[in-house]
Amino acid sequence: MTIFGVATQALFGQLLIGLINGSFYAMLSLGLSVIFGLLNIINFTHGAQYMMGAFAAYLILKWAGLGYWSALLIAPVAVGLTGMVLERTTLKRLYQLDHLYGLLLTFGFALIIQGLFRHQYGASGLPYPMPRELAGGQNLGFMFLPNYRAWVIVFSLAICLTTWYVIERTRLGAYLRAATENPALVQAFGINVPRMITLTYGFGVGLAGLAGVLAAPIYQVNPLMGADLIIVVFAVVVIGGLGSIMGSIVTGFGLGVVEAFTKVFYPEASNTVIFVIMALVLLVRPTGLFGRAS
Amino acid sequence: MTATTDRYVGTALPAVTGVSISRVVAFFVMTTALVVAPFFVYPVFLMKALCFALFACAFNLLIGYVGLLSFGHAVFLGSAGYGAAHAAKVWGFPPELAIVFGTGVAATLGVVIGALAIRSKGIYFANITLAFAQMVYFFSLQAGFTGGEDGIQSVPRGTLLGVLDLRETLTLYFVVLAIFLVGFLLIYRTIHSPFGQVLKAIRENEPRAISLGYRAEQYKLLAFALSATFAGLAGATKALVFQLASLTDVHWTMSGEVVLMTLLGGLGTVFGPVVGAFVVVTLENYLAQLGAWVTIVQGVIFVVCVLTFRRGIVGELGHILRKSL
Repeated sequence: MTIFGVATQALFGQLLIGLINGSFYAMLSLGLSVIFGLLNIINFTHGAQYMMGAFAAYLILKWAGLGYWSALLIAPVAVGLTGMVLERTTLKRLYQLDHLYGLLLTFGFALIIQGLFRHQYGASGLPYPMPRELAGGQNLGFMFLPNYRAWVIVFSLAICLTTWYVIERTRLGAYLRAATENPALVQAFGINVPRMITLTYGFGVGLAGLAGVLAAPIYQVNPLMGADLIIVVFAVVVIGGLGSIMGSIVTGFGLGVVEAFTKVFYPEASNTVIFVIMALVLLVRPTGLFGRAS
Repeated sequence: MTATTDRYVGTALPAVTGVSISRVVAFFVMTTALVVAPFFVYPVFLMKALCFALFACAFNLLIGYVGLLSFGHAVFLGSAGYGAAHAAKVWGFPPELAIVFGTGVAATLGVVIGALAIRSKGIYFANITLAFAQMVYFFSLQAGFTGGEDGIQSVPRGTLLGVLDLRETLTLYFVVLAIFLVGFLLIYRTIHSPFGQVLKAIRENEPRAISLGYRAEQYKLLAFALSATFAGLAGATKALVFQLASLTDVHWTMSGEVVLMTLLGGLGTVFGPVVGAFVVVTLENYLAQLGAWVTIVQGVIFVVCVLTFRRGIVGELGHILRKSL
């Protein structure tokens, strides 16, 4: 069976790849959005922190002998904690200055972290085993669905939607949204805004770490795995609208799929399609698809 | 919120307009040093530093005086390099026309990307320029004439205006020095013209500048295109010096490097980008054998500059001497 002259098997295969990439775009851009909302900083270290998540999983296995499921819990917390230390010691000192300084500082940290890991582990990838429970796959008749990939899509979607629910529908999220609008006023009501900022940064960074653990069995563990990915994610965030939670999730998954289908129908453009879409969106809506006018 | 001196990027120093004695002295010191230097230091290294210095000056025009941080300036360096290299090698252009053509490519890209990017500010602007740069990078990787991973190699240097043989290293050096000085002075002139004053006004308070009747978008677009053009001039020259146009020059790490040079030298200072470029190129030269350490050192410089050294080398020096450099 073919659709537009392309075998359905290949089409569904690409759809799956698109959803996988989309899962990572969504989780990473979600973290960036949450951080940007409260700190007004584009976290350039995000790609390096995603890489740290994958390395944390690798090291937890190597040093402590703990497998994937433990790593899924420990690695994001560990990466998030390093993020909080970073925020407390350095980022905090820049809030009174132009936000571009935050971008430059986090860019510097990204270079340092990636450089250190490359120095220690080299530039080639390290393998990370797939959890035994998720080995194998399902034959759906029209395509073969590996269990682990299905798990990544479902799990990241669940994480994204939970985050959305917490921020948009709970009291904690209301504090967060209020602090985004007017930190001084929220502080006056007795809420510890600086602590909230630290925890938010830690949470966003933790999401990046979690994405890294999910990615480890699919792509290898590599010091530079986040370096180019983060630029695509930046474009995703611009398309979705900076600071929009639902926007990040929808555009993340959507663009993953669009990119994958481009690979089927016009492979030459598959690397650039997201940037082309970004240019078009900017022409029509400079604040992004889901962004509010600033 | 209180207005600290470096609340905005590039306002670390009070804006002194026009020509001051200290700047004239600094300019003559710089020029003399650069004229004498090739007799003591490896000229190709100096030419590399000069190309990067011009690149950083062009970048500084945008961040230091319009307050726009472009994270994709490598596009203009790289595309001009490809343009000049292709014109010289495939079309057999003489060097002067190859450089003009390469610069023209960068200027055209500057107008197109600028028109889309200047609609946004701050972090959005940085993100958008970065994304466009990545787009051009992938285009360069796949397009036929760029030679993909190999780049355009063994570009002929040729004879400038049919008189000066550029295969002679010292001749080439003084041509590159002349190009640098012309670019440097033109950028200086741009910053200290009425046009430059309007740019600074827009940086300080855009709504007010608009209400005074200035078309802020057009001014910003022109500044962006000028910055792209000078970056292109640097890239085209660099392609002839190294006889090579490659992917390195369009990659985002190069965009990061020019930010580093300008930040280290001093954002919004006249001589800062030049000093920053020389320091960074020298550092890379010595650290090149150490592999990953180059990145680590660059990262540390970024962090230290942002946290404690926001004025940069020249800005700090000017602050101590109480002079605007």
